[in-house]
Amino acid sequence: MNEELLEITDLEVTYGKRGFGAEPAPALKGVSLGIGAGETMGLVGESGSGKTTLGRAVLGLVPVTGGSIRYLGQDITQVDRRRRRALAAQLQVIFQDPYSSLNPSMLVEDILSEPLRAAGVPGRDARKRVNALMERVDLPAGAGRRLPREFSGGQRQRIAIARALALEPALIVCDEPVSALDMSTQIRILDLLVDIQQSTNVAYLFISHDLEVVRYVSHRVAVMFRGEIVERGDAEQVTADPSHPYTRRLLMAAPVPDPAVQAVRREERARFLAGESSAVAAS
Amino acid sequence: MTESTVLENASQTSLAGVARRGVIRRLLRDPLGIASTLLLALIALIAIFAPLIVWNDPGVSQLDKVNASPGGGFLLGGDSAGRDILSRLLVGARLTLLGGLVAAGVAAVVGVGFGLAAGYRGKWFDLVSGWVSDLVMVLPSIIVLVAMFTVTGPNAVLAMFVLGIMLAPSFFRLTRSLVIQVKRNLYVDAAKVSAISDLRIVGRHIFTVIRGPLVIHFVLITSVAIIIQSGLDFIGLGDPNVPTWGSMLQDAFRSLYLSSTAYIWPGLAIALTVASLLLLGNALRDALEDVERAPRAARKANWVAPVRSTAPTASDALLCVEDLVISYRNADGGLNRVVDGVSFEVRAGEVLGLVGESGSGKTQTALAILRLLPTGGHVAGGRIVLDGEDLAHRSQREMTSVRGRRIAYVPQEPMSNLDPTAKIGSQLTEPIRVKLGLPRREAKERALELLEQVNITNPQRVFDSYPHEISGGMAQRVLIAGAVSCDPDIIIADEPTTALDVTVQAEILDILRRLRTERNLAVLLVTHNFGVVADLCDRVVVMQTGQIVEEGVVGRIFAEPRHPYTRALMSAMLTGRPSRRERSLQEAVQ
Repeated sequence: MNEELLEITDLEVTYGKRGFGAEPAPALKGVSLGIGAGETMGLVGESGSGKTTLGRAVLGLVPVTGGSIRYLGQDITQVDRRRRRALAAQLQVIFQDPYSSLNPSMLVEDILSEPLRAAGVPGRDARKRVNALMERVDLPAGAGRRLPREFSGGQRQRIAIARALALEPALIVCDEPVSALDMSTQIRILDLLVDIQQSTNVAYLFISHDLEVVRYVSHRVAVMFRGEIVERGDAEQVTADPSHPYTRRLLMAAPVPDPAVQAVRREERARFLAGESSAVAAS
Repeated sequence: MTESTVLENASQTSLAGVARRGVIRRLLRDPLGIASTLLLALIALIAIFAPLIVWNDPGVSQLDKVNASPGGGFLLGGDSAGRDILSRLLVGARLTLLGGLVAAGVAAVVGVGFGLAAGYRGKWFDLVSGWVSDLVMVLPSIIVLVAMFTVTGPNAVLAMFVLGIMLAPSFFRLTRSLVIQVKRNLYVDAAKVSAISDLRIVGRHIFTVIRGPLVIHFVLITSVAIIIQSGLDFIGLGDPNVPTWGSMLQDAFRSLYLSSTAYIWPGLAIALTVASLLLLGNALRDALEDVERAPRAARKANWVAPVRSTAPTASDALLCVEDLVISYRNADGGLNRVVDGVSFEVRAGEVLGLVGESGSGKTQTALAILRLLPTGGHVAGGRIVLDGEDLAHRSQREMTSVRGRRIAYVPQEPMSNLDPTAKIGSQLTEPIRVKLGLPRREAKERALELLEQVNITNPQRVFDSYPHEISGGMAQRVLIAGAVSCDPDIIIADEPTTALDVTVQAEILDILRRLRTERNLAVLLVTHNFGVVADLCDRVVVMQTGQIVEEGVVGRIFAEPRHPYTRALMSAMLTGRPSRRERSLQEAVQ
C-alpha cells in the first residue's frame, strides 16, 4: 500500500475547556496514519484512547486543532460546506449504536435515499439504487416500507451499512460497528463488510476495542493509548504477538473461550503485570 | 444491546422511540381521550356554524327580556341588556376559541422556530435568544396587555397576537431542550456526514422526532390562552360589540343579584373547554408514550429438545429455580411469555453462568429472582427457592429484607446505578447501617475495608468522591463492594463487565473470583461472553428464547457442546478463526 487514500499527519484535537482552571486535555496528540484504497485499517484502543475522536475528525465532526488530513493528496482538514458535500460521496460512516444511528420516525427507504437525494440523484434512480442496496445487505423484502424499530440490532446495522454504501464511497469509518451486537450477528456483519470490500474496493477505518474483531477484518492495525498511536503494523503480528507493553496487556486481558487455555493466560497475565509493576518500581 | 429484547423495548419508550403510527388509534381507545376529543369537536363545530344555528340575533336587545329567566324563546334567559344568552354563548365560542388558537399558534411558531435554531446552532444565537426569552418571561402578561389596551383600544386579534408572543418562551424553552437532547443522536451525525443541509436536518431529523411533546404543549397553551383572554374580557378589556365567554361572564357578574343563573353558562363553557383541552393533552401524552412493542422475531421454529447433563440434585442447592415462567403484558392486552419453564440451581460457592443472546430471557430470569422485573413483567409460574424458602410468593416488603442480606445484585451499567447526587461513602454505608444496624463509625470502617478488598488503592478518596469523579471500572468495584457489604450468600451479576474495557474487565473478574473463594460466595453470572464464562464459571446454563437448551459443567460445554444452538453460538466466536490475511491466502490457494 504505497499509494495512500487517506493520509493523516500529526493530527491534534483538543476539546474545549471544561470548567475553570482545568487545562483542556488533548484527545489526540500528533497522530499520523495512512489508509490505502481497498484496505482495512484496524484502530484498537480502550475508552478514552482517542480512537473515536480520530474517526470523527476524519469525517469533519470535530474541530481539528493541529496537523492535517489529506484525501487523495487534497487537504481536507478544514473544508467548507460545498467541499464537504463533494466529500460526502467519498467518506462515509457506520456508527456503533444501531439504535440511535437511525432516525426512528423515518421509513427505511427514506433513510437510504436521503444521501442520494442530497447528492442530486433523481427520484427514480434513487429508488432503484435503494432497492439494490437493500438487496446487497440482505435486508428482507419489503423492509423499505418499515420503521427502524421493527428491526433487530443486526438488521439495523445492515440498514446503516446500506446507507453508508449509498453514494459508493471510497472510505467508510466504522466506529465499533459490531460491539453492540450478539455474537452470532457480529460475525455475519463482519463477513458482510469484508464481502462488500472485496466487491467494491472500499477502504475501512475500522475502530474497535476488540483485538479479535480487528484481527478478523483488518489488513493493518494501529493501537491507540491516551491519544497516541503506540504500535502499528501487520494485523496478524500486532494482534497475536504485539511488541508494545500496552498492546500485550490488552491481549492478555481478553479472556479466551476455553477454560483450560484461559487459566494459563490468567497466570501469564498475573506474571506479566507483576513483572511490569516491579519494572516500574525499579526504574 | 446485550440485554433481553424486552428491556430493549422498554428503553425504546424514550423520546426518540416514540412512534406516531397508531397514536390516533390509541388516543381513541382511551375513554378520556375519546370523550375530550368528541367534546372539543362539538364545541368547534358549534363555533363554526353558530351564525347559522342561532335563531335570536345575539346583538339585538329586547327590553322585556332584560335579566329574564329562561323561557319565551330565550332558552337560557336574557342578559342585562335583554339579549339572548344562548345565542351569545354559541356565537361567543367563535372569538373565544379563535383567540386561544391565535395566541397558541403565534406562541408555537415563534417559540418553536427560535427554539429549533437556538438548540441546533447553540453559541451566540442560543445565548441571545435565551436572554430575550427570559426578558419576555419576566414581563407580567396581563399588565402588558392592559397597557396595550390603553394605547390601541379594544382589538381582540392584536391582543391575542401579543399574548402569543408572551407565551412563546415556554415553547422556546421546551423546544430548545428537546433539540439539544435529540441532536446528540448519531443519525444527526450521519446526516452531517452525508452533507445534508442544516435546514433539512432540523426539519427532517429533529422536528419530526420532537413534534409529539410540542403538540401536547400546544394543546395546553391553548387552554392557558383561553383563560387569559377570558380574564381580559372579564375585566372589561374586550371588544363590547362581539360576544365572548369572558365578556358574558362580566355582564352576568354585574347583574348577579338580578339574575342569579346567567353566570353559570359562560363559566361552564370555559370550564368544559379548558378541562377538555387538559384531558386531551394528558391522553395525547399517554398515547404517544405507549409504544407498541416491536414484534419478536424469535420463534420456536427449529425447536430441539434441551440437553441436561445431570439429574437435578436439589438437596445441596442454595438457590433453586423451578419451572419459572415470566410474562409481560403487551400493548394489545395479551401476554407475552419471555421466560418459559426455566429450571436450574446454584450451589453454595458456585459460579453459574447464564448464557444467551439478546431476547433469550437471561436478564429477565435474573431480575425475577431479585423481584426487580420492570413494569408489566411478572412471575407467572414456578418457584424460586433460596435455602428452602420460596421467594416467588413473598411480598415486596419481605423481599426487601432478602435483597442485600441474602441476595445481592451487580448491574451492567455501573454509573446509572449510583446516585449522582450522593457521595460514594454515604451510598455504601447506608445499606450497612440499615441492614446490619451498625453505628455510623463502624459502618464507615467496614465500607473502607470493603473498598480495599475490591482493589481500590485509595479507599478514603473514593469514599469521599461523587460518582462522576470516578471511572466506570472504579464504579463497578464500588458496586461490587456494596453488593458484598451485607455478607450475602449469592450475588446476581448481570453482564457486570460488558460496559467496561477489557483490562478493567479482567480486574473485575479477578475480584469476583477472589471474593467467591474467600467468602464461599455463590455467583449467578449473566453474560453473553464465552470468554468471561471460561474465565470464571463452574457450570453453564444456555438459554434461547426463554428456555434452557443446555446445561453442564463448563469444561464439557466448551469441549463438546451438544445442543445445536450452543454449537451455533460457539461457532460464531472469532477466537481461533483465521485472520483476514490468512483467509485471503487460503482463497488464493483454492
